[in-house]
Amino acid sequence: MTSVKLTASTLAIVAVSATAAAARDNVQIAGSSTVLPYASIVAEAFGENFDFPTPVVESGGSSAGLKRFCQGVGEEHTDVANASRKIREKEIKACAENGVTEIIEVRIGYDGIVFASQLDGPAYNAFTQSDIFNALAPKVMVDGQLVDNPHKLWSDFNPDLPAEEILAFIPGTKHGTREVFEEKVVAAGCEATGAFEAMMAAGMSEDDAEDACLEVMADGRAVDIDGDYTETLASIDANANGIGVFGLAFYENNTDKLKVATMAGVEPTTETISTGEYPVSRPLFFYVKKAHIGVIPGLKEYAEFFISDEIAGGDGPLAEYGLVSDPALADTQDMVANEEAM
Amino acid sequence: MTDATANTPRPKTSLIEVDARTKRRNAAEARFKAYGITAIAIGLLFLVVLLGSIIANGVGAFQQTFVNVPVYLDPAKLDKKGNRNIEEMKKVSTFGYNPLIQQGLLDKVTELGIETPLQKRKEMKAMLSASAAAQVRDFVLANPDKLGETVEFKLLAASRVDGYLKDRVQREDVARDKNIDAEHLDLTDELVKAGVVAKTFNISFITGADASESRAEQAGIGVAMLGSFFMMIVVLVLSLPIGVAASIYLEEFAPKNRWTDLIEVNISNLAAVPSIVFGILGLAVFIQFMHLPQSAPIVGGLVLTLMTLPTIIISTRASLKSVPPSIRDAALGVGASKMQSVFHHVLPLAMPGILTGTIIGLAQALGETAPLLLIGMVGYIATNVPDGIAAGFLDPNSAMPAQIYEWAKRADPAYYERAWGGIIILLVFLLTMNIIAIILRRRFERRW
Repeated sequence: MTSVKLTASTLAIVAVSATAAAARDNVQIAGSSTVLPYASIVAEAFGENFDFPTPVVESGGSSAGLKRFCQGVGEEHTDVANASRKIREKEIKACAENGVTEIIEVRIGYDGIVFASQLDGPAYNAFTQSDIFNALAPKVMVDGQLVDNPHKLWSDFNPDLPAEEILAFIPGTKHGTREVFEEKVVAAGCEATGAFEAMMAAGMSEDDAEDACLEVMADGRAVDIDGDYTETLASIDANANGIGVFGLAFYENNTDKLKVATMAGVEPTTETISTGEYPVSRPLFFYVKKAHIGVIPGLKEYAEFFISDEIAGGDGPLAEYGLVSDPALADTQDMVANEEAM
Repeated sequence: MTDATANTPRPKTSLIEVDARTKRRNAAEARFKAYGITAIAIGLLFLVVLLGSIIANGVGAFQQTFVNVPVYLDPAKLDKKGNRNIEEMKKVSTFGYNPLIQQGLLDKVTELGIETPLQKRKEMKAMLSASAAAQVRDFVLANPDKLGETVEFKLLAASRVDGYLKDRVQREDVARDKNIDAEHLDLTDELVKAGVVAKTFNISFITGADASESRAEQAGIGVAMLGSFFMMIVVLVLSLPIGVAASIYLEEFAPKNRWTDLIEVNISNLAAVPSIVFGILGLAVFIQFMHLPQSAPIVGGLVLTLMTLPTIIISTRASLKSVPPSIRDAALGVGASKMQSVFHHVLPLAMPGILTGTIIGLAQALGETAPLLLIGMVGYIATNVPDGIAAGFLDPNSAMPAQIYEWAKRADPAYYERAWGGIIILLVFLLTMNIIAIILRRRFERRW
């Protein structure tokens, strides 16, 4: 008999707690794993300096975060989505369908994407976008002709590069980083080598040629990493000839294992990225649900705190960790203060 | 064959002539024994390597480097209006405290007469954890009357300094590291000699909350441990009564027909379902349909309950079955009702087996990570110690294995060490639970 009573009472407790769960007093954040370190640094400082509880930050990728963000308005949905890319039209539409009409877009700064390899490995010290394209694309230009990629070694197409087998660990498709890698490196290389023009000349439409440019070979030389940068680091550790794609901040925390390559002759540093000299960088964002401001305590304060000068400015803890601070931070501060939606 | 004859002991005094066939059989037996011994040896070797590497990598997390810094709590900076109003003083954020602490350390260095090229206040930053400011600020807000005095604080050292004392950070690596310079390491050596910097046992690793990526030195597993604890309470309170009631009904009361056969088969199948499936189910049912809060231990507990139930039901049924039918017959024979015979006689005799099964089921649930990933218990979650029992169940929290997973994927190598340390704590829990299960079985189990 006792066990039946126990079960009944536990079920009752569960039911009661489910209703009690309605009042949420902490900010909930989900999204990009690239933004996660920055968001966690801010959340921690926020919890220390304000009377609000420390916000909860989950990762899972930009797309996953925005999808959850767009599921609706109400306490069971997240308040902030972190993203390592801009929100897409499709996502704004999905948001609107679920009643999330007013979204505040906050740009927190820039992140550099670097190519790094084993510290004691082959001398991958300088790349151009064309090198990466020549190494990974299924169709490349050889002697003015568009042919199936014949390259096996880096030195096959660029004698300055070491004679090592091509092996690259690139971010998986669910990562925002992949998009930047495709856009700023592969597509740029496609155009620079003339492959894009050759494809157009061969009768492809512009859209098709653009898509064809972004393809990478599926014979094992380009490995998609769906996990975090630690997974890429482990793969680099195990493969001396491999190169990997990392965020600048991650590289700077692991300089004892990695060496970085220049891109188009520019070394990635916070300075070269902020001036735009280093070509492979992207803005980082977080998106705030305006309908939740005033409902979830501390939400607006968190957003304002995130982009305040002492946090996101040039000397703040975010810059120290590897974020390239945004020269137009003051505008963003005004926007958040006035709660200007997109 | 020469090999085999050497292995087979042959009594020299015996008159029996071992023929070729017997020799072959003996050899086969000897070979089989050798295989078995090799298998056990390989297993033991792996265990030793595993435990060895866990302990070697993880013990560092239980020690932490601290710096003793006298900080002058400057009223001009910390209480600008001078009226000791707490609300006014709260406006000075942790960033306002950093200069005072750095100055304090620099003064200490000068006072000790240590020669170092680091003569600027800002250059002391690399020595100290970013958590130092919060620690001093909390102290000032709690003791506003201490303003104007110089107070000695035991502050956490930065993770690179800590790593240097633990041999994780090497001098040759530092040249490429923008967070710290070789001069800082020289200064660290001097300060260790002066007794200002010291490595001590780090209780806050066991009791503390998670920290952000920039201060690995502050992170602790305590809050995640509480998350695991509340989840285990949910699992215990739900799965034990439901599991036992279900098994008693199936074993003692249910008629044997197609339906009960079907249920039986399904329970066995359920025990083999991968745990991630329960995670997806939890996300769909408990969070999206029932609107229970994200990342809450109660949801984790419910998901793990589903996972643990089949284990408990199977072990309970086995222990009910092992109670001899003569006990039931005797009880029924003296006039007990069926329920009385079960609750007064069969259940008490089966109890040790049931408890053992439950504890093993709980231990399994404690170490489970996969379903927790899906219900949002991974990330920068375990940050606030829950204030009260309801908050313990409902506030976002992580769990020990999920926290370990989270640490293992962070950028700062110092977190790697903490992940191993977390594994040691988790293993201690699992071993304790298994030992309790063994003791229960040894002491109370009856054999017929």
